[in-house]
Amino acid sequence: MGATIDNIATKDKANLDVFSEVLQTLAETDKNLLVVTSDSRGSGKLVPFGQKYPKQIVEVGIAEQHLVGMAAGLASSGKKVFAVSPACFLAARALEQIKNDVAYSDNPVKLIGISAGVSYGALGSTHHSLHDFAVMRAINNLTVVAPADNFETAEAISQAAATDSPFYIRFGKKVMPLLSETNTKFEFGKGRVIKEGKDIVIIATGEAVYPALQAAEQLATENIHAAVISMHTIKPLDTELIAQYAQQCKAIITVEEHSVYGGLGEACASFLLQNQLTKPFKIIGLPDEYTVSGSQNEIFNHYGISGIGIKNEALKLLNNQ
Amino acid sequence: MTTKELQLKSVEYRKKILQYIYQAKAGHTGGSLSCIDILNVLYNDVLNVNPENFKSGLRDRYIQSKGHCVEALYVVLADKGFFPESALETLCQYKSYYIGHPTKKVNGVEQNTGALGHGLSMSCGNALAAKLDNVDYKVFTLLGDGELPEGSNWEAALSAAHYKLDNLCAIVDLNGLQITAPTHEVCNTEPLDKKFESFGWAVRIIDGNNIEALQEAFNALPFEVGKPSVIIAKTVKGKGVSYMENTLKWHHGVPSPEQYQQAIEELTSVQESLLELA
Repeated sequence: MGATIDNIATKDKANLDVFSEVLQTLAETDKNLLVVTSDSRGSGKLVPFGQKYPKQIVEVGIAEQHLVGMAAGLASSGKKVFAVSPACFLAARALEQIKNDVAYSDNPVKLIGISAGVSYGALGSTHHSLHDFAVMRAINNLTVVAPADNFETAEAISQAAATDSPFYIRFGKKVMPLLSETNTKFEFGKGRVIKEGKDIVIIATGEAVYPALQAAEQLATENIHAAVISMHTIKPLDTELIAQYAQQCKAIITVEEHSVYGGLGEACASFLLQNQLTKPFKIIGLPDEYTVSGSQNEIFNHYGISGIGIKNEALKLLNNQ
Repeated sequence: MTTKELQLKSVEYRKKILQYIYQAKAGHTGGSLSCIDILNVLYNDVLNVNPENFKSGLRDRYIQSKGHCVEALYVVLADKGFFPESALETLCQYKSYYIGHPTKKVNGVEQNTGALGHGLSMSCGNALAAKLDNVDYKVFTLLGDGELPEGSNWEAALSAAHYKLDNLCAIVDLNGLQITAPTHEVCNTEPLDKKFESFGWAVRIIDGNNIEALQEAFNALPFEVGKPSVIIAKTVKGKGVSYMENTLKWHHGVPSPEQYQQAIEELTSVQESLLELA
């Protein structure tokens, strides 16, 4: 896979830009690859794709249930289908189609939830997806992925395209830095250790990994060494890696751009508790309330999905041991 | 097959539907009996699909959107050799693949259905793939009249016309009853033909329990080049068993031993009349 994406500069771009570029690379040699959208090619950064490969983009209009059902039919007829729609609509309106037509019927559609979490910021809760991990996790036969940076995005898309399995992959809108200079390996179901540390482990996913890394850097100035893991695959969860770091660290924090209910944090908690791996533990995410209005950054800061917010929680956990 | 042979097949299928529902003590009796003539003509006279070509990308597709009437599909698939009929002895039993809605674990089933309002969108995907690949297989989907209020049907109806999917044929099993009451009392979808026409479909209304009418309609596909076709098949729920016909409680009623015997006797008598006429 590396060979196909090496030519794409993966720095200072939104993950969505990289998603679109990788799809264009794949579409050049694979005429069976189709992108299906629900009037979302603009927000999905797919305008260049559509211009370059007009026969490989299918527009269904604003009809998310049909988007997923038709994508399932196309996939069952041998097409390699990426169904692209805002995560808020895909994971709610089309949920039954995802459950039955894609996952249960085992039609290998790659469901791409764009502008996920609170990426749409001040557009409000109608446009936020803070429930998608929770509902997708509870659906059998679906791999659930939230890439943290451009590298993970490029790998996730090219590797998912090469499988015959259904996926749900979500992206945000903002420009992402490369989180590691050593992008050696990306494997679904295997967390990526972005930073080593022995005092506390911060397990984060998607766009919440960068603030986790910022927190680790701030903690380092106080001589606290935090490990940071990008848990890009929410399901299946890399329990081996979680167990390893739970054993070697004194406390555990999870961070996600998702409700504190049903997402990465509760998935980790469930595993840890059922395996007697109990350490001071905190889930950072969006609480069960009407989300404060503001930009994605403002919402992140408000709820402590920030370097300082995560650092403060880390100190609390470590001091209360 | 000749019309007469198909008529005899329908009676045989009806007997088997009742037999397996009776044995399993579960099933969607009325709807399976209303749609069986449609499936009979499709599988024995129309569809280019059989156990040998089922994995071929060029086969015709049949998706049963009204998945609850799976017993009709099972007896036809067994008859066509997709699996041994003895498998139906396990209908709805613990660990059986032959459950109360179609799944792909059963050979010959295209998609897992049962939740309503899903078949037409998936069929659109199959039909669009054929257009994109420039191949000429056809796609059929069976809708229940009771499932038409699901909005996803109408998203798909718009899309099929938009993409000019004249390789797609929807059949509405219009038996007029759903679990609670007559469909027009639950949610009126009439005038159904005008609705489909206004969505850009070519429409025919036929007697959906009449083998000859079904043959004629399927032979006339596509009804208009560049448009998806819909056959509004007026049927009788519980067709073929006097006390079940047009009776609400037989939506998923299971006959008692006496009722079962009466039903088989009635169908045997129809069979004998057909044979005498032959």
